[in-house]
Amino acid sequence: MAVVSAKRAARQRSGERYFRTATLVAALLVLALLGGVAVALIQGAWPALAHFRLEFLTREIWNPVTDEFGALAPVYGTLVTSLIAMLVAVPIGFGIAIFLTELCPRRLRRPVGVAIELLAAVPSIIFGIWGLFVLAPLLQRHVQPWLIAHAGPLPGIGRLFQGPPFGIGVLSAGLVLAIMVLPFIAAVMRDVFETVPDVLKESGYALGATTWEVIWKVVVPYSRIGIVGGVMLGLGRALGETMAVTFVIGNAHRVSASLLAPGTTISASIANEFTEAVGALYTSSLVALGALLFIITFAVIAAARFMLLRLDRRALSGV
Amino acid sequence: MSRRRQVRKLGNAAALCLSILATLVGLACLGAILWTLIARGMSGMSVQLFTQMTPPPGSAGGLLNAIYGSVVMTVLGILIGAPIGILAGTYLAEYGRDARLSTVVRFVNDVLLSAPSIIIGLFVYEVLVVRMGHFSAIAGAVALAIIAIPVTVRTTEDMLRLVPQAMKDASTALGAYPWRTITSIVYPAARSGIVTGLLLAIARVSGETAPLLFTALNNQFWSKNLNAPMANLPVVIFQFALSPYKDWQQLAWSGALLITFAILLLSIIARLIIAALPGGGTQR
Repeated sequence: MAVVSAKRAARQRSGERYFRTATLVAALLVLALLGGVAVALIQGAWPALAHFRLEFLTREIWNPVTDEFGALAPVYGTLVTSLIAMLVAVPIGFGIAIFLTELCPRRLRRPVGVAIELLAAVPSIIFGIWGLFVLAPLLQRHVQPWLIAHAGPLPGIGRLFQGPPFGIGVLSAGLVLAIMVLPFIAAVMRDVFETVPDVLKESGYALGATTWEVIWKVVVPYSRIGIVGGVMLGLGRALGETMAVTFVIGNAHRVSASLLAPGTTISASIANEFTEAVGALYTSSLVALGALLFIITFAVIAAARFMLLRLDRRALSGV
Repeated sequence: MSRRRQVRKLGNAAALCLSILATLVGLACLGAILWTLIARGMSGMSVQLFTQMTPPPGSAGGLLNAIYGSVVMTVLGILIGAPIGILAGTYLAEYGRDARLSTVVRFVNDVLLSAPSIIIGLFVYEVLVVRMGHFSAIAGAVALAIIAIPVTVRTTEDMLRLVPQAMKDASTALGAYPWRTITSIVYPAARSGIVTGLLLAIARVSGETAPLLFTALNNQFWSKNLNAPMANLPVVIFQFALSPYKDWQQLAWSGALLITFAILLLSIIARLIIAALPGGGTQR
């Protein structure tokens, strides 16, 4: 009897050791993944970086025939499409978050919130195919001719609206991206607004403030850091988003002032060209683009997560 | 009414109207996308879709090999990713709850959660495809697993933390080692939460296109070989939608409809389970 239970105790002890180690190894694996991604990308990008050096960042040329590659056009396209997306999505996301936390009747709150979250669950390729077949023709027929006719002749910003209405291009890609990141921004902002103590809002109302004044002078200042974090999280999404952009950007390695012209982004270039890339330098240049994207998004996402650290973690799950 | 007060009231009304308008815009986008999918995808819905292979341009066919490939790679990806994610989540919630290592792992996991999926594709390409010398379903599954891990880690930790301390204390008082407490008490108590996390991971993974483009690639034919390129719905949709052929485009729309509604269904089920959890219903 005593022997048996001693055996059992030993088994329990070794079980504890194995299980504990297994969980620790899994946790360390998460760290190793990020490290592995960084190492593998830099390794893959090395031939291109060693060959072109810093000129890789400043040259617009992208010529597979002569094996000359520069990252300027994709980096420019990535930044401009993301900027357009943020300009459109941040105000709308802010409005949705305000509606959900301050205005919405209690009964509607859950269904509307879930609908917005479902928009976040739609795979990005669906946004791409929708953008190409529905949004782009719509812009081409109705919006872009108007922009060319009315905004084109203006001094300064007129340069953004030159050329024929292609439908696909930088502006369309930015708008599709905006719709894509909208639910993320709205969901984070809503979660941030919900952390504002009722007492603070009630004090505002007690002083005679209107709903909007309470929002702008109490809720927004209180949740300032969280708002910036949410915006940057959306920006991180927009910068790295691939499929939604690839369909509608037109894949042209050019830096054009006009938003109506086709362009490319880092992710779209990789998605379009990687499997067809012949030659070590071509492949390596595409991986180098990926490494650039990794560095840019890592910085943005890390900053966003850092700002959101203080929030209730559970409130943000799934974002 | 004083003029100043009138201005304030007007400003208030304008701002609130804009906020309602913003919500309508958001809902309209979801509505427009779903409506387009139904309008264009429904006409291609037929038995053929589920019984025939992807066709060459100009002839009839279905999406059987792509559906099969998507299911296989998603299941494999979850089988690889879920155990790692659950164990890592267990470490964060139980063993390493307050350890400094956990803070770092949580942060890195959050970064991975939002990292662009095309980067994961490039990583798996560099690590697996280059070494093996060819594209393969395995590489695709590994890429999907890497995307599933951060989702699983996050939900597992959150769900394990919901288990009352008193239950764990009771188990410890009976002389159980922590691993016995975790496997026999904590996991069963958090079961529905963990399942929800897996559903969300499946939903996230099954629509991913970018990481499959240069890992699993695509395959026009029926293939069960995990060591060879394999067809999958997202890449087929990508390829067919951008093609000039009408019947390919139709198949792309049908595939898009299938995949979207499968994913929305999964997300809704996951949400229903969360709402039924203790304390979950008050959350949203």
